[in-house]
This record gives sequence, C-alpha cells and structure tokens, in this order.
Amino acid sequence: MAAEAHAHDHAHDHEHHDHPAPNFWNTYVFSTDHKMISKQFLVTGMFMGIVGVFMSMLFRLQLAWPEKKFAILEYFLGKWAPDGVMDPNMYLALVTIHGTIMVFFVLTAGLSGTFSNLLIPLQIGARDMASGFLNMLSYWFFFASSVIMIASLFVETGPASGGWTIYPPLSALPQAMPGSGAGMTLWLISMTLFIVSSLLGSLNYIVTVLNLRTKGMSMTRLPLTIWAFLVTAILGVLSFPVLVSAVLLLMFDRMLGTSFYLSDIYMAGEALHYQGGSPVLYEHLFWFLGHPEVYIILLPALGITSEVIATSSRKPIFGYRAMVTSILAIAFLSFIVWGHHMFVTGMNPFLGSVFTFTTLLIAIPSAVKAFNYLTTLWKGNLQLTPAMLFSIGLVSTFVSGGLTGIILGDSALDINVHDTYFVVAHFHIVMGLSAIFGLFAGVYHWFPKMYGRMMNKRLGYAHFWITFVSAYGVFFPMHFLGLAAVPRRYYTNAEFGMFDNLQDINVLITMFAILGGIAQLLFLFNFFYSMFRGPKASQNPWKSNTLEWTTPVEHIHGNWPGEIPEVHRWAYDYSKPGLSEDFAPQSMPIQDGEEATGH
Amino acid sequence: MNGILIAAVLVLAVLAVIQIVRIYELSSVIREEDTALPTPEDNDRQGFWMLVFGIAFIASFFAMVYAWMPDTLGLPASEHGPQYDNLWDISMGIIIVMFLIVQPVLFYFAYKYRGTAGRKASYFEHNNKLELVWTVVPAVILAVLILYGLSTWSTIMNPSQENEPIVVEVYAQQFKWTARYAGKDNDLGNANVRLIAGTNALGVDTLDAKSADDQVTPEIYLPVGRPVVFKFRSQDVIHSAYMPHFRAQMNCVPGVPTQFQFTPTVTTADMRKDADMVAKVERINAVRAKAGKEPYVFDYLILCNKICGAAHYNMQMPIVVVSEEEYAAWIKEQKTVAETL
Ligand code: HEM
Ligand SMILES: [Cu+2]
Ligand SMILES: [Cu+2]
Repeated sequence: MAAEAHAHDHAHDHEHHDHPAPNFWNTYVFSTDHKMISKQFLVTGMFMGIVGVFMSMLFRLQLAWPEKKFAILEYFLGKWAPDGVMDPNMYLALVTIHGTIMVFFVLTAGLSGTFSNLLIPLQIGARDMASGFLNMLSYWFFFASSVIMIASLFVETGPASGGWTIYPPLSALPQAMPGSGAGMTLWLISMTLFIVSSLLGSLNYIVTVLNLRTKGMSMTRLPLTIWAFLVTAILGVLSFPVLVSAVLLLMFDRMLGTSFYLSDIYMAGEALHYQGGSPVLYEHLFWFLGHPEVYIILLPALGITSEVIATSSRKPIFGYRAMVTSILAIAFLSFIVWGHHMFVTGMNPFLGSVFTFTTLLIAIPSAVKAFNYLTTLWKGNLQLTPAMLFSIGLVSTFVSGGLTGIILGDSALDINVHDTYFVVAHFHIVMGLSAIFGLFAGVYHWFPKMYGRMMNKRLGYAHFWITFVSAYGVFFPMHFLGLAAVPRRYYTNAEFGMFDNLQDINVLITMFAILGGIAQLLFLFNFFYSMFRGPKASQNPWKSNTLEWTTPVEHIHGNWPGEIPEVHRWAYDYSKPGLSEDFAPQSMPIQDGEEATGH
Repeated sequence: MNGILIAAVLVLAVLAVIQIVRIYELSSVIREEDTALPTPEDNDRQGFWMLVFGIAFIASFFAMVYAWMPDTLGLPASEHGPQYDNLWDISMGIIIVMFLIVQPVLFYFAYKYRGTAGRKASYFEHNNKLELVWTVVPAVILAVLILYGLSTWSTIMNPSQENEPIVVEVYAQQFKWTARYAGKDNDLGNANVRLIAGTNALGVDTLDAKSADDQVTPEIYLPVGRPVVFKFRSQDVIHSAYMPHFRAQMNCVPGVPTQFQFTPTVTTADMRKDADMVAKVERINAVRAKAGKEPYVFDYLILCNKICGAAHYNMQMPIVVVSEEEYAAWIKEQKTVAETL
C-alpha cells in the first residue's frame, strides 16, 4: 500500500507530461480533479435540493389549506392547478419527485458525492482518486440523471406519481394513473443512470481508501469520516445492483408485457393478460436496496459530524473503536432488516418476527454512537461554530428519530402506524434532518477547504437556529397526526370528517415549512457571497488534525506541492496532555515526553 | 404587478443583507478579529441559546402531548386492541424516558462546556466500562421489548379459531371498497377478475356452488364480540385496508390473497357515547361548522393506506359494529349472489 502511494508520488513529478494544459473545459467542466468534482456534486445537489424543498412547500400549502386557491400554484403548476387548486395527481407527483430528489439526488449524490470526493484523497493523503476518469464519469452520469429527472416534470401526462418507492402495479400500468406513463419511463431511465453514477463513484472510493493511503495511515488511524465513506460505498456497491434488477424487471413488465410483478388485474374496463407475478417480489427487491439506502444517506452525515464534533470540542472522539465497530455493525445489519417495511404485506408472520428481531438489534450500535457523541462533548471546550451547531442538531435529531424506530421496527406496533404520518415524522427526523444537518455541517466546516474563503458566521448562526426550530416544528407534530391515524400520501385530510380536528396542526406544520424553506435563502446567499467575497481562509482555520488542512489554501493538482506528508498518529489527538497546543496534526511525529496512546 | 413587487422586495432584502454583512465585516476588521472563528462571546451566546432551546424543546414536547393526545385515536375497539395499546404504552414509555434523558443532557452539555479561552478539554478517548454499560443496558431493554413485541405479534397474527370467525371478503379497487359476506356456508365462492362482467363487479364464479349464498354489500356490519376474518383482494393496484380503531391493517395485493382476523368489542353506538369520542367529535364539528359543512358523526372506517392513484385520499368504507340481533336482521336483508346474478 505504502509502496503504491509512493509510486503515485513519482507520477506526480511527471505530472506535466501526462496532463494537458489546463483550460476552461478541463478545469471547470470535464475535470478529473476530485476537488472540482466534489464542488460539481455540491452545486448540482444544492440545485436539486432547492427544487425538492420548493416542492414540499407547494404540497404543504395544499395540506394546510386544501380549499383555498393559490395563484402561486397555478403560476408554477399551470394546467395541474387550474384556478390555483392543485390536482390530486399533481399532489402525488410532487410528493414522489420530492422524495426521490431528496433521498437520491440531494442526500446520496449531493452528500456522499461531495464529501467522499473532497475528503477521501485529502484525508488519506492521496494525490487524487484511484481513477479520475471514472470519477468524472460518475459526476456526468449523475448530471444526466438529474437533467432527465427534471425534464420528467414537464411531460404532458406529468412526472412519476406512484410514491418514491414506485410499487407496481401502480407504477407499471399507465392506465393506473397519468404519472405512470412517460413520466415513469423517464424516472426509470433517470434512476438507472443514477445507479451507474453511484456505482462508479463507490468503486472508486473503495479502491482509493484501500490502496492509496499515505505512509503511516493505517486503517485504525483513518478519520471516522473516511470509515463512514468507505462503508457507505460498500453498502452502495452491494445494494444498488439489486435496485437495477428491480427496475429492469419493472421495465420489462411495462414494455414487454412480462408478468414479474403483475397478476390478476382488471383495469379500465378490461382484464389484463398478466398472470403469475407478485408485487411483493418488487417490494422485497426494492427494500433490499431501500433500507441500506437510508444508511447510505446517514453514515456519511455521521462521519462528518464525528469529525466536526471532535475538532470543535477540542477532544478526541470518544470510543473510536466502538464508533468504527458500530458503523460496521449498522452496515451489516442494514442488509437483513428490509422486511420491516413489509410487515403488513401479508408475508409470513414468522418472517415478520425475524425482521423485528434484526431491526431492533440496530438500536444497539446506534445507541452506542449517540452516547459516544455525548461523552465527546462532556468536558470539552466547545467551539460553537455553525458547523458544530449543526452537528449537535444532528445528534438531537438522530436520537429523536432513532427512538421512534424502536416503535416502527416492532411488527406488532407497526400494524397501526404503518404508512401514517408517524412514519413520515420518523424518517424525516432520523434520516432527512440528520443527513441535511450533516450536509450543512460539512459545508460550513470544509468551505474554507473548498473555496479558500470563510463563510459568514453570523448568517450561519441565523441559518442554523431558524432551520433547527422549523425542522422540529415541521416534523415533530407529524407524530401526533400519525397517532390520529392520518395516512400518508393523502391529497387532503379534509375530505371526510374524521381528521377535521387536526387542521390546526397541519397549518402549523406548513407555517414552519415555509419559514424553514425561506431560511435556506440565508444559506444560499452566504454560500455564494462567501465564495467570492468571504474573508480569505488561513490554512488550518479550525486547528484541525486531519491531513486536508496541510494542503495549501489554493487548490493545486495533486493536492500537496511536495511530498505527501507521512502520518504519525490518529486524527483525534486534541488537547493531549504533554503537548503545548490543543491539537496535533496527524503528520506531526510523536513528541518527546508525549504518551503513546496506541493509535 | 404583484410579481414585480415581490421581486423588488426580494432584491431589496438581498441588498440589505449584503450591507449588513459588509458592515459587520468591516467593523470586525477594525476590531482586528478573525470574523469567521467563534469568539468567546459567540460561544457564550450560542451555548446559552442551546440551553434555551433544550428547555423550550422539552417544554413544547409536553405541551404537544397535552394539547394533541386527546385528538389521537383513543379507545381500541377490538379484542387484541388493549394488548396492542399496552405494548405501545410500554415501548413509548421507554423511548420517552430515553428521549427525556438524552436530549436535556445534550443541550446542557452544549451549554456547560461551551468554549472559554485558556481552558483545555479533557483528553478522554475511551473507557471500556462505560462503553460496555451503554451497549449492555440498551441490549437488555431491547431484549425485553423484542420478547414482548413478538409475543403480541404472534397473538395478533395467530388468533384463536375456537369460535368460528365470520368470513368477509374485502374487495379493493380504484377507488372504492366492496364487501362480500360468505353467507350461510361461511365459505366464499371462487372469484377471478377475468369473470368481471356487467353487474358481477367482483368477478364471482357463479358456477361455484359455494358462491350462491355469498352476499355483496357496500358497507360492513359486524356483530360485536364475534371474530371476523377479512380476506383481502384487489383488482388493480396495491391498496391497504387500514382499520385504525381496531388496530388492524393489511395490504390488498392483486394476485396475492391476504387476510386479517380480529374481534370487534365496542359497538358503533357505544363508541359514539364514549366521553373522549364525544369531546373529539365536538371539536371536529366546531371546525366543520365554521367551514359551513354538515356535522360529522363518528363511524368506524376502513381507510385506504397505500398510495393507489388520484383519489387515494378519498377511499373509505364504514364498518358498523352492532349487536348480534341487529346483525342477524341486517344480514338477512342482503341479497345473495344467486339472487342478483
Ligand atoms: C422542507 C423540508 C421538508 C418538508 C416540509 C417535507 C415534507 C414532506 C411531506 C409532507 C411529505 C409527504 C408525506 C406523505 O404524504 O407521504 C414528504 C414526503 C417525503 N419526503 Fe419530505 N419534507 C422535507 C424534506 C425532506 C428531506 C430532507 C428528505 C430527505 C430524506 C425528504 C424525504 C422525503 C421522502 C422520501 C418522502 C416520501 C415520498 C413518498 O411518499 O413517496 N423530505 N415530505
Ligand atoms: Cu428500513
Ligand atoms: Cu389508496
């Protein structure tokens, strides 16, 4: 390993021979430099995030005031909101595309794509990814997939509307709903490209972490960010291909008339020829990816916050080995719990019991992580940067949302809250908010590394507090809607009397959603303003230990101007007794009189 | 016109923020500080807000519970319902306790250990005992929850067959429910979507002798205290028969038959008299009166709880739980398949 890193070193000396002269195209567009690709992922992800969040505000308007007319709806949705009243099909389309965009485009590609790309080479001490070319392809597949997803919003019959899980037969038969026509075809194509992108990226991340670590960077010295990215990539490589097969079989059913998922269907006045398939098969295939996917979203966020919390607490992360073990345990378990999404599909009750057992086991490594975060804060010297605030926010949402998982993972209890707003509350808090907070923490923390300038801290604080308050304001009340049995994916709750007493809650949620959405303008403004006008960053503004802060502020190809630094210690020697500073970069040799701590 | 105004306001707002940021940065240049790093005052202020947030968060948690719990489902109306609710209360109790320990500690730590100049954090990197404690304690708690959960699950999923359950088919289609009672023989006749034609909307096989006494009805009546087994069938996409008051739910999957058995224990009439329900219905009707809608009367419902298309939000059917005699009278009135087809 070290030898290879070394070989790469030499390659660097000859860099000028094998790289064409930099120009606009190969620097900003078809770049193979991981730092540029990371920024491309970030900006594309942010754009998709704006679209996704904006959609949620539109359908929240509908849920709060189902009978009101909103000119803004007609303005944006045109024929799908005649006279300012949203069409039910459009409601479902917005929910579906919102979910798809947030889960895959923002929190998979946007989060993992940005930070795996930025940090893997920088933190392990590599000149670049193992394959810069595949890395570039990964971005452009993602880009194409985004373009197609956005384009699907404009097709005549509307975008895919069967929910982000696109269960057949609803998604398989254009007669079932308008969105299952051309919109669904585009959705499937877009997702296929997305999966290609994700696989190219993941393979690259895995190979890079395993092979290109600098001298001294043993696996047990890796920062937790890298552990998280590595395990995430492995999860992706093992689970996304199963989604490909699910999607392919669905395409066959749609286009070739096969019956993988379809049987005994009577629709639009005729019995269809399909015979012998089962939609439940699709559910199994989908959730075999779907569940690991939530950890593909969550783990990088946890990795980022581990790093930010340790750095900003000026303390070692508590229980490094336990943290790594729990990441591995969570990853392993995440492959054998998918059935908890299917307790009420009629599957064998015994199978339900097995999935309950495995699911509740995940609570153990998750609890370990939460307690370790708390202990890391304990007796720290907390530097409350915006990144740190978002990290603390993440710990809070991870706990709040994780706890309700103990309810939903219990097959018996799931019977009555499955597919209600209780679930919407649960997954938004544990996965949506946690991952978004991780993303923000990462941006605030590594902005100086990405753009060589600092973001404005005041705006960061304002952004955090409004976002944090409105995030809980949106999702906490949803638990109570769920306890009142409000099903999800309902265009309105006012059609029959049962839920009319809950209308105030819906209005409150929508107000917080609008507030939270608008607060993101503070972030966008801060981001783009600071990119050009922010104060210049120093080399290591947060006094951090990891290797990325030993590179020059100005980006150069190959990351380090000279030799790649050698690593002498783990990433968490903060406030170590016997050292004068409260941090000790990984590249700093063990000092005289310093106790060796075994990393 | 509106659009221009809004755009103007937005532009002005952006300009204002730019100016504020500028002034702030300029003034801190004058004060010679690194604008981006947190100062001790920042730590004090943000730590303080963390504490405030923690307190407000816990307070609003209790406020929400107090204000909104009365609007949730309430009294279970099935035999397994109290067991379900009991498991729910215990699990919920445990997670709420965890929530009320961890969240305050988190925000308190954020406040207590906010950075101050000249202090060094403690170098505390691991402690096997502590870590063992918080691996083993959750494991034990979870073991209890798993065992209790699985035993409840198996009672619900393997109900007693001692008392022969009434067989009712619940038939789902976009976007309505239909019921088919199994009739005198308590055995449903075969059915297949390929037989759907004219008035035979469920595709009942009239050649099957068992189908002659089946009764197709637009709503469900159930005698209180008698087990009922619902056999679910869907003709088009996946639906889910959600009967929240009975703590019951099962997907209806085309091509894949499913079922769910329970015993209703509270008649509709009694539920309408339940004090909590009366109060809740009053609140509902206060809202409806304001909107000029006719008053709501409580009914048990089957709601569709799996996205199934445009009118998914409006696919429900009443379930009426009545006394044995009322049920007998009602079921006698229903036409059999032999009579209608
Ligand atoms: C402004 C912030 C957000 C708001 C107000 C919001 C609100 C909602 C609402 C009301 C639904 C519909 C629930 C239903 O009827 O099933 C929904 C669905 C969903 N949201 Fe969000 N959400 C937000 C952010 C996020 C984030 C950050 C994620 C990332 C994981 C996310 C992922 C999803 C998913 C996966 C669905 C399910 C879509 C489906 O049912 O097919 N949302 N969101
Ligand atoms: Cu899952
Ligand atoms: Cu439905």
